[in-house]
Amino acid sequence: MLAFTIRRLSQSVIVLFVMSVIVFAGVFAIGNPVDILINPEADIAEQEETIRRLGLDKPMWAQYGVFMSNALQGDLGNSFVHNIPALEIIATRLPATLELAFLAVGFAIILGVPLGMYAGLKDDTFIGKAIMTGSILGFSLPTFWVGLIFIMLFSVSLGWLPASGRGETVDIFGVPVSFLTWDGFSHLFLPALNLALFKISLVIRLARSGTKEVLLQDYIKFARAKGLSNTRIVGVHVLKNILIPVITVLGLELGNVIAFAVVTETVFAWPGIGKLLIDSISNLDRPVVVAYLLMTVTMFILINFVVDILYSILDPRVRLEGSK
Amino acid sequence: MTVTTTPPKAITPFRRFVEDFAEKRLAVAGLFVFVALVLAAIFAPWITPQNPYDLTQIDFMDGRLAPGSSGATMTFWLGTDDQGRDLLSGIFYGLRTSLSVGAISTVIALVIGGSLGLIGAYFGGKIDTIIMRIADLQLSFPAILIALILVSALGQGIDKIIIALVAVQWAYYARTIRSTALVERRKEYIEAATCLAISHRRIVFKHLMPNCTPPLIVVGTVQVAHAISLEATLSFLGIGVPITEPSLGLLIKNGFDYMLSGDYWVSFYPGLALLITIVSINLVGDQLRDVLNPRLQK
Amino acid sequence: MSSSSPTLQVENLQTQFFTKAGVVTAVDDVSFTVNRGEVLGLVGESGSGKTVTGFSILGLVDHPGKVTGGKILFNGEDLTTYSENQYRAIRGSRISMVFQDPMMTLNPVLRVDTQMVEAIRAHEKISKADALVRARDALGQVGIPSPDERLKSYPHQFSGGMRQRVAFAIALLNKPDLIIADEPTTALDVTIQAQILFETQKLCRETGTSLVWITHDLTVVAGLADNICVMYAGKVVETGKIDDVLDDPKHPYTEGLIGSVPSRNKRGQPLTQIPGMTPSLLNLPKGCPFQKRCQYAAPQCEVSPKITKCEDGRLVRCHRVEEAMAHA
Repeated sequence: MLAFTIRRLSQSVIVLFVMSVIVFAGVFAIGNPVDILINPEADIAEQEETIRRLGLDKPMWAQYGVFMSNALQGDLGNSFVHNIPALEIIATRLPATLELAFLAVGFAIILGVPLGMYAGLKDDTFIGKAIMTGSILGFSLPTFWVGLIFIMLFSVSLGWLPASGRGETVDIFGVPVSFLTWDGFSHLFLPALNLALFKISLVIRLARSGTKEVLLQDYIKFARAKGLSNTRIVGVHVLKNILIPVITVLGLELGNVIAFAVVTETVFAWPGIGKLLIDSISNLDRPVVVAYLLMTVTMFILINFVVDILYSILDPRVRLEGSK
Repeated sequence: MTVTTTPPKAITPFRRFVEDFAEKRLAVAGLFVFVALVLAAIFAPWITPQNPYDLTQIDFMDGRLAPGSSGATMTFWLGTDDQGRDLLSGIFYGLRTSLSVGAISTVIALVIGGSLGLIGAYFGGKIDTIIMRIADLQLSFPAILIALILVSALGQGIDKIIIALVAVQWAYYARTIRSTALVERRKEYIEAATCLAISHRRIVFKHLMPNCTPPLIVVGTVQVAHAISLEATLSFLGIGVPITEPSLGLLIKNGFDYMLSGDYWVSFYPGLALLITIVSINLVGDQLRDVLNPRLQK
Repeated sequence: MSSSSPTLQVENLQTQFFTKAGVVTAVDDVSFTVNRGEVLGLVGESGSGKTVTGFSILGLVDHPGKVTGGKILFNGEDLTTYSENQYRAIRGSRISMVFQDPMMTLNPVLRVDTQMVEAIRAHEKISKADALVRARDALGQVGIPSPDERLKSYPHQFSGGMRQRVAFAIALLNKPDLIIADEPTTALDVTIQAQILFETQKLCRETGTSLVWITHDLTVVAGLADNICVMYAGKVVETGKIDDVLDDPKHPYTEGLIGSVPSRNKRGQPLTQIPGMTPSLLNLPKGCPFQKRCQYAAPQCEVSPKITKCEDGRLVRCHRVEEAMAHA
């Protein structure tokens, strides 16, 4: 087990190294880093100071070393636009994205599980087929397109829900959240549903195939032979069995949701890290871009690492294969 | 071109394939729509009422006219955008960019991913492990994140977008072709070819590859839709194609600002075109999967 | 409900499956009676319709199957006229069932106490605490050590034999009048099988519960049942008292079945086999379904034989018996 953990850990470090090289190369090797990394409005003395601090007068490999050692100390440079450390901006924007992502995952469970179970129970009915067609659409339509239709329908035509911004927020332990006020929640609803759409489709498929499989099991027939009501059989015996894979998959997809928030946040002008990234790219605020990418990549590598370790604990066969 | 001597009643594999495909009306409709879209994209310069990027043909005074309005020289069936460009013409030109970016990136990714997958499956061992590790690793990141990293590293431009789309897609092909090729490789005809001392390259490309194509076609069709969708997303985010060669995604982005003021059509119609494109490709892809999947064949 | 009527009386039961390939009659003209406290062995090869018969009694035949004819009189009431709700009310309370594979009958993600308590509370308004006491007692009754701890376990923490005991405990929870056991010991070791057989028999005698024991294994029925009912291709071919049938089988199929059981008395002798295979229910031969494998097959077998009642009260479906009775 220890050997396996070390193997996976070293692999993760290698991936992180490769990714940091790509990001570094992107920022430092293309174009003149002095132009890209230093605020053009800074005076000469400040510019020279920055060149020295970033080691831009040194050879490439040495520059990478300086870049990485700074990065490891949490220093990814200051934002040109806001003139504060890039990581700090990301930290202040992160709660908004997390709130959106968690609500989206919540929607995926609350809407996806019952719809999928219904489609599994009534496979041949019109509604059952309609749900599956809907999930295929949910898979193939671009997120931003659906977001646009949401805005057109619910904000412009019907005027029910606001189309942009975060609305009124309340602080919990110093972190502002939207979902506790009506105004905030009404702002949160459409973007969260938009972000959830893909995951809802995914959950519908998982829940449907799970339900169909579970229904064929002997223990369901045995439950019926015990004289249980249909409500109890579907609501307890079937539901509990399909929830395990659904929650596992959604847990894995959380990182994915955060990455896809880039699109939804842009459509709904939601002030999270995704919109920050797009704004920073168009403002050429490179330090923020670098900070975002490195942070997200690290997050993914961490999630993958943890999942691998968890799987190997749950399923010893994975471990054997890995150490061959 | 030789004249075929096959009698018309003979059931060739191709004929059978066509018949199986035609069983589902929706798929046939999807195919027709898709072909029409491709033709519209190819012949856009000749069939559109206006070249929306020829400044001499555009009157700024026609800006944001509602669908069906008449301008000085023509009727704008789908309205105009903020620059006074005819949206119908804009959509046809946008389709050109969207479809060609999707198609080119898919073909390149198919060649790269397909070759790597074949090589891995044929030679096995270390090469296989390395290729598949990289593919697995890449697939563990969401496509949009990979694309964002590459676009922010490489900068903008159509070529950069294509590189990003290729990078996102190749692993799917490598995986698909590898799994089929691994099954095919164990069959006797490959062994026979090896015994005859035929060169590796010939075995891989002449013998192995043709047998691995059907699943690749299915994945490829679906991936074209994904590529178009991802390109549209990136363009909508403003980090995709440059404004000189607008795709459907960029047209949608341009109209997005006017949507809240009620001028829905600037975004809506390009969006509709995108929707039709993606749905029609998916319909075709779904049916191809059903027809080409040997497990489902009766 | 009258106390004089038998617990279960199945009359001319027919169950059909409406599949794409055609209508399959899985159970055809099946009749038998189970009196209070009696054990009936329902014997046949796989595919003979014995499991479907069990499910038909409980009203658990799944789509595309349906009970299409006959009566199922349970304590004198015809279950075929029951609505789904009426049926649900007697399932698990008046009639229980135990399935073949103990590894599959308990829900893997629910604790044993949950699965037992819900079975009680589906039929009675009773507090959870009281239900738990009853569940514990039931586990003790079927011989599960330290039932208090075991209640809190998940199914995968039990061995196969223990799980089947739990299934029996669940079947016994509401003190049913009838238990249908569908090959409950087939998947178990022989020693465990013997224990469970012995205990079940004891429990039924004590509580007066009737038992339908479905099996393909004649040796199991021999030591357990009062009556036996032999099925072939969806039809009952012979039914009567266990000793009568085993000592002097009248139907050629029963004869073949008994001959193919290995026994110490026949050491060294070759086992008799029934030649051929069970016919597919989709295209049964005309007439007697057994004629293709029967050593006594005659031209008259092209016509379906009727049920004949012999002098010892047993029923046989065979022309030879029919003729013998006519001559007598």
